Amino acid sequence: MSEYYTDGDPVADTKAPTGPINERWERRRFTGRLVNPSNRRKLRVIVVGTGLAGASAAATLGELGYRVSNYCFQDSPRRAHSIAAQGGINAAKNYRNDGDSVYRLFYDTVKGGDFRSRESNVHRLAEISTEIIDQCVAQGVPFAREYGGLLDNRSFGGAQVSRTFYARGQTGQQLLLGAYQALERQVAAGTVELHTRHEMLELVVVDGRARGIIVRDLVTGEVTTEIADAVVLATGGYGNVFFLSTNAKGCNVTASWRAHRQGAYFANPCYTQIHPTCIPQSGDHQSKLTLMSESLRNDGRVWVPKERGDDRAPADIPEDERDYYLERRYPAFGNLVPRDIASRAAKAVCDEGRGVGPGGLGVYLDFADAIGRLGKDAVEAKYGNLFQMYERITGENPYERPMRIYPAVHYTMGGLWVDYDLQSNIPGLFVAGEANFSDHGANRLGASALMQGLSDGYFVLPNTISDYLADGPFAAVDDDHEAVAAAKAAVNDRIAFFLGNDGDRSVDSFHRELGGIMWEYCGMERTDEGLRKAIGLIRDLKAEFYKRVKVPATGAELNQQLEKAGRVADFFELGELMCIDALHRTESCGGHFRAESQTEDGEAKRDDEHFSYVAAWEFAGEEPVLHREALEFEYVKPTQRSYK
Amino acid sequence: MKLRLRIWRQPGADAKGKMVSYVIDGVSEDASFLEMLDVLNERLIADGEDPVAFDHDCREGICGACSLVIDGQPHGPQAATTTCQLHMRKYKDGDTIDIEPWRAGAFPVVKDLVVDRSAFDRIIAAGGYISAPTGTAPDAHSVPVPKADADAAFAAAACIGCGACVAACPNGSGMLFMAAKVAHLGLMPQGQPERHTRVLGMVAEHDAAGFGGCTNTGECAAACPKEIGLDVIGQLNRDFRKAAARAA
Amino acid sequence: MAVSGILMVLFLIAHMAGNLHIFEGRESMNDYAEGLRTFGEPLLPRESLLWVLRIGLIAAIGVHIASSIALTHRALHARPVRYVSRKPAKGESPHAAATMRWGAAVIVLFVIWHLLDLTFRTVNPVKEAPDAYGAVVATFAPERWPVTVFYLLALAALGFHLRHGIWSAVQTIAGPGLAWRRRWQAVALAVAVIIVAGFAIVPLAVSFGLVS
Repeated sequence: MSEYYTDGDPVADTKAPTGPINERWERRRFTGRLVNPSNRRKLRVIVVGTGLAGASAAATLGELGYRVSNYCFQDSPRRAHSIAAQGGINAAKNYRNDGDSVYRLFYDTVKGGDFRSRESNVHRLAEISTEIIDQCVAQGVPFAREYGGLLDNRSFGGAQVSRTFYARGQTGQQLLLGAYQALERQVAAGTVELHTRHEMLELVVVDGRARGIIVRDLVTGEVTTEIADAVVLATGGYGNVFFLSTNAKGCNVTASWRAHRQGAYFANPCYTQIHPTCIPQSGDHQSKLTLMSESLRNDGRVWVPKERGDDRAPADIPEDERDYYLERRYPAFGNLVPRDIASRAAKAVCDEGRGVGPGGLGVYLDFADAIGRLGKDAVEAKYGNLFQMYERITGENPYERPMRIYPAVHYTMGGLWVDYDLQSNIPGLFVAGEANFSDHGANRLGASALMQGLSDGYFVLPNTISDYLADGPFAAVDDDHEAVAAAKAAVNDRIAFFLGNDGDRSVDSFHRELGGIMWEYCGMERTDEGLRKAIGLIRDLKAEFYKRVKVPATGAELNQQLEKAGRVADFFELGELMCIDALHRTESCGGHFRAESQTEDGEAKRDDEHFSYVAAWEFAGEEPVLHREALEFEYVKPTQRSYK
Repeated sequence: MKLRLRIWRQPGADAKGKMVSYVIDGVSEDASFLEMLDVLNERLIADGEDPVAFDHDCREGICGACSLVIDGQPHGPQAATTTCQLHMRKYKDGDTIDIEPWRAGAFPVVKDLVVDRSAFDRIIAAGGYISAPTGTAPDAHSVPVPKADADAAFAAAACIGCGACVAACPNGSGMLFMAAKVAHLGLMPQGQPERHTRVLGMVAEHDAAGFGGCTNTGECAAACPKEIGLDVIGQLNRDFRKAAARAA
Repeated sequence: MAVSGILMVLFLIAHMAGNLHIFEGRESMNDYAEGLRTFGEPLLPRESLLWVLRIGLIAAIGVHIASSIALTHRALHARPVRYVSRKPAKGESPHAAATMRWGAAVIVLFVIWHLLDLTFRTVNPVKEAPDAYGAVVATFAPERWPVTVFYLLALAALGFHLRHGIWSAVQTIAGPGLAWRRRWQAVALAVAVIIVAGFAIVPLAVSFGLVS
């Protein structure tokens, strides 16, 4: 394996506080330095991204009095993909008096992350969770309520307590709009400058500090530099490396990857979450996959035909020729096994040739029993909107014909490495939300992503960034500075290369092919052999990409193909690193399943002795350097999970 | 299936645009409308032509980016459906489909089917929020909200800011978008202190942005992919009347 | 727009009710017409009421037209480039966009003709002012059927205008919720039908010889 990477020095989180876990966040806020209110307006902070983390951070920093520049590639900050989150947001309010507490949320999240996250970070997240709900309610977020006017809660993702707050199936939308409105309020107040349809293409590092970014105005094509005292990346996850995912089409890794190339460590890139209940691919035209809420598994039964190649209509397959494989293999949990287990089981039956629908990549999720037991009206009341969405996309009526579902890439737990302050190893570069690696370990629990994005943006970052900014303002940097000129030249060269390349293949055709390799070899199940093969395939495809990619039109206008070309180029490099990370981590944990490391029953087997660490990768061309950050568990002792 | 597309092509904001015809073959009925355009663009790239620019992102009907007027109807013929959720099984072999951008003075064309909707952001910045700086919030349960109010507020807040209401309005008015936010925040107890300044500020910005006036034709609500109704406009009118009277 | 429109609706209702005097015979009709002129005499000068009404109406019409010009002007600027393809309207007032502006033009032409015909009598065969009954009978005489057709067409335009205008005014001023909006739409339709029917019955009766 050493042919793919080199070992580097261990890395440590030097900001991590010590002492009793429930006092650590308070202690860090006290030990961190503050910036005098009158000095804040002399400090400029760039925030890239306007999702939950970015918008909440930009708004809050603006409220504190810093001068903020906020960037997004979409036409409006409200379009960021946080908007699409359906389920809900966790908070340890214990409004249900059902035994919940900050400590229980902390415990569940560490365990859910399969013991690959930091205890201090997760405890802070659980503490802040309650403040987030207060904040969002004050902003007017229309959470679901009970008849008494108090907030409703539900249990989500197999949690034993009801701690999930929600706004019908559009919780992400409502939370994002709350943050967006707070952001627009600061825009009106003049503390935040908003730059929409601008894409960050390079990080500017001067004298070892992150000091600015190079952006391209996507409408005019103009490439400009903005210098600041600190840079915050809140640019989301990288699930689109798989081409087909539940991410929005624009989601990309470019901002993170450019920072990585400038020296920022990329942590645990192989930790991806695959969601079991998505609508399967219908053909080669497919451009994205749509998630169906996990709640469907509460009443739907998952099955495939017993015989391979059985292409009868589902209604024609008699009961005894059906294999309800989740109920058979996991009698205790049945159809409600965790996301990763349900996903892998679906893949296993499809690999056997027993999948249904186009290409044999789908399993049935059948509501016939539920309709018989509860009545059609009751099923409609619970899932009507989901059934309608399914019918719109597939043209099939799920009341009469079982739904077809298949797993799809949904979330990426890996991301840029950050310390307790959310600062990367490049001083002045902070990373928030899905873009960092910090809180979910190897697997994210349902309703935790919204919590983390808002925790980082509203509460953590605005408190921790002052410790860094207390040293500012930093020396002025002008456009002629050698670091700025070099970064800008690199951006311009890349654009010129794509536009000038005498190719014959579209960017999408490469992206689709790359996604196919990643899904096949670095998706739900990974093997030593497959990953090695994938690395070779990616390298070959990357070479072909640079030789044959064709980008039409010019750089001085809106050019969506040019935007994609840059993003796909970065996905190639990320994909390779993901495979290397997955190859080196020979254990199975959370969303990372290595076929070689499983129990006799085919369940994921962790190797705490060798892999209880964060893998922080340093960019070094084709041979990245691995820095290990050891994980210690003082409060929640690692155990092997079982769902039999 | 084989289709004839007539698509508005406009190289830039100041350029003249025109409808251009394309014939596209082998369209799957399972493809979404945007995937059909993806297939067209792949062909245009292969032929060395400039692909059609159009806004899109989540492709699951929630981000509000997609924005095509299809045969004269914003988001196409299917009710309560964004363009990205419209599928080609709605069409049949041999159909001709006209595709145009949102047309409004306040939404200038950027390129082809892409328009600039930043006027909506400016309307929100002019008052479409509740001032609650981070950290100042009381406990979430300190102010109960009647369920009916919370549900009505949610229904208004479901607006995705796509701009179909403006595209459909014979007057090019942004009333439904603005009113949805006024109604959402005005229905919540937290939104009361700024209720009057909010509506005055947002209406002033709406008018300044160059949107037309509302004549209650109801085309906006009929085109809204999230089925936001005219009652939000009623509420805006009420709030505006009271706010204007108080300010006078 | 809403306030001036409502004032005109109130006038239309009064006007329509007054017209129905024609079925009570020449004397009753002419007495009613004269009564309007002499209202308040001798305390007030002759035609005081009429002048108050006229000034009020002219003001309402002026405000109404000025508002509509402003709205149309804004609408034109709000959509400088028109759609190439346009589907029929689907909103709650599906014909409003088309009928309000074109209908208004028809109504304006009609009002001019109506004033020349029955107020100033410029185009009416009966020139004697006190004989309102005679003027009505003369203008809608069976052989002058195109006049009646024009009158009815204008009424149709008015009907559509009122159907949208009345509930639109309510929506603008009071902003009812969904249930009340539906009720007001029904009220608007009913008022429009009553006004149109009340006005239409007079020329039809004359044209078919029921009143002569």
